[in-house]
Amino acid sequence: MAALDAPRIVTSRRDFADSFTLARYLDTGGYVALKKALTMFPEAVAAEVDAASLLGRGGAGFPAGRKWSMLRKSPISYLVVNGDESEPATFKDHYLVERDPHQLVEGVIIAAYALQVNQAFIFMRGEFALGLERVQQALNDAYAHGALGSKIFGSDFSLDVVVHPGAGAYICGEETALIEALEGKRGFPRIKPPFFPAVTGLYGEPTVVNNVETMSNLPWIVNNGGAAFAALGGGRSTGTRLFALAGRVKNPGVYEVEMVKNTFRDLIYDPQLGGGIIDDKQIKAFIPGGVSAPWFGPELLDLPLGQDEVAGEGSMLGSGSIVVMDETSCVVRAVWRITKFFSRESCGQCTPCREGSGWIERAMYRLEHGGGRMEDIDLLLDLCDNIAPGLTWPPQQTTICVLGPSIPSSVHSAIQMFRDDFVAHVQHGGCPHE
Amino acid sequence: MSHFRSEIYQRAEELVALYPRPRSAMLPLLHLAQEQDGYLSDEGIAEVAELTGTTPADVRGTASFYDMFHLEPVGKYVVGVCTNIACLLAGGEEFLEHASKKLGCPVGSTSEDGLFTLEETECLADCNIAPVVQVNHRYVRTTTPETFDAMIDELRDGKLDHDVPSHGTLIRVRRSGGLRASRQEVADQRIAAKAARDQRVESEAK
Repeated sequence: MAALDAPRIVTSRRDFADSFTLARYLDTGGYVALKKALTMFPEAVAAEVDAASLLGRGGAGFPAGRKWSMLRKSPISYLVVNGDESEPATFKDHYLVERDPHQLVEGVIIAAYALQVNQAFIFMRGEFALGLERVQQALNDAYAHGALGSKIFGSDFSLDVVVHPGAGAYICGEETALIEALEGKRGFPRIKPPFFPAVTGLYGEPTVVNNVETMSNLPWIVNNGGAAFAALGGGRSTGTRLFALAGRVKNPGVYEVEMVKNTFRDLIYDPQLGGGIIDDKQIKAFIPGGVSAPWFGPELLDLPLGQDEVAGEGSMLGSGSIVVMDETSCVVRAVWRITKFFSRESCGQCTPCREGSGWIERAMYRLEHGGGRMEDIDLLLDLCDNIAPGLTWPPQQTTICVLGPSIPSSVHSAIQMFRDDFVAHVQHGGCPHE
Repeated sequence: MSHFRSEIYQRAEELVALYPRPRSAMLPLLHLAQEQDGYLSDEGIAEVAELTGTTPADVRGTASFYDMFHLEPVGKYVVGVCTNIACLLAGGEEFLEHASKKLGCPVGSTSEDGLFTLEETECLADCNIAPVVQVNHRYVRTTTPETFDAMIDELRDGKLDHDVPSHGTLIRVRRSGGLRASRQEVADQRIAAKAARDQRVESEAK
């Protein structure tokens, strides 16, 4: 049974139809945390986040507190919030920006205060037209309410927050590409080192980039203390987390569950959560953390939803997106579509990614649509090996950013787990499911 | 004489003023250009170049990187159907095929009456209601051929104008409030805050 007694930290207003309004937000404890934070030293606020051990909710899972304290000695110029949610089948930030924009805004103000920056940007997917409207409205309301702008709630702290729309490019979720886009350029990831925008970020100045969900956790952490957050979950994976469940499940959706205390099986099968597989079919495989992550088979359903637990089995919890495939799903087609996505979204800077993604996509296309050859299967593995040598996890990198090494994940997993399906596609001269 | 009509031009100037450097306003300005013209016209691109202090070639080179910007004219309604993994598992490909038949145009092209442009999109982050369909970047949430057809007919009859406004993802985004009126004050506060923090860090280190 799923453990569902943990407090709702970021979805506490999910039952209110007007959850996005200032009136509802104030009615349900909104901006209390900010007022409290403003009475504390900025370092004390940061210390609470550190104590919470809040892992970044964007995909890499870097501890937010450490991201902040790394820069303690050199003042930070800008806070940038990453709302460019584009990892396929991830839709939790979409939920947060549309349904609880004030919670995000309050989190941003708290973070800005802790970091003592006076300028923040919320970079949001351009496709979130309603999200852009809701967050801008929340900011407008916050300015009018005195929670944002000059001398917030009568303190000495001032902050300006600008919502910045993206324009349809997956790569802009990579933080250095996001910064390039925010500077008005093509979203080309920057060469590392420096590894962190904290060193050289927006306009070359120290910048902190945090995810929307990470920010949305901050009001609760300030209100209840970092220790209360750290008491939830287990190991390094503290607190609750939003999981976006999609694919062949009865109730796809965004669910906030306590980390580690619940397993993939709980999330997929609990009647209050995923509710099981459509038509009660058998699960064939699932992707545990966005399409960049290696796949798992049903034997790993009892693995806890924790960052290190999933990493220990050779994949990642990533963006918190779980995609379920059942016995009716064609894995070859799934891999082909995922690779087509990467091929389309590769920014084109690095040869292994730009050429490799297209080459793999063409090989996958002929396997799925007819014309595939038996030697294509090993050719695919060879191509993957050229992008991420050794096909290890975490992958070796031959490219500027991690988009390249994400390409082999699905190809390699599927061939390892379902080689027979690939062979059947060759023998059948296309997809036998059709 | 500006190519942007006065309302758009005013919003454009306000956008430029929000950023420490004008070039940062590139993407929002391109959204505005598209809002006015439906796509990025040569005149719109020249206007954005002027406002950001760049060249039209630079603007075009940047815009062409991003899927949401149209360098050629498109229909009044851009219909996007997602076929990425979650939608694929929900029959997204077949759905796209159906949409193409209904609209009477191949994927990536515009219907003869100029009303609809059909696009195959990547994940639109609404995967619990799959296959995901957006029209002018508004989720219309039609997941069956029947509801899709009804939605298209309503669009054609102008019955969905409220739910699906015309181009421009910022068409209903208006900013009020902000710090920009007192920049000097902000700068002074920032210097003071940094000094105070340095002092605390120093005393803590001791």
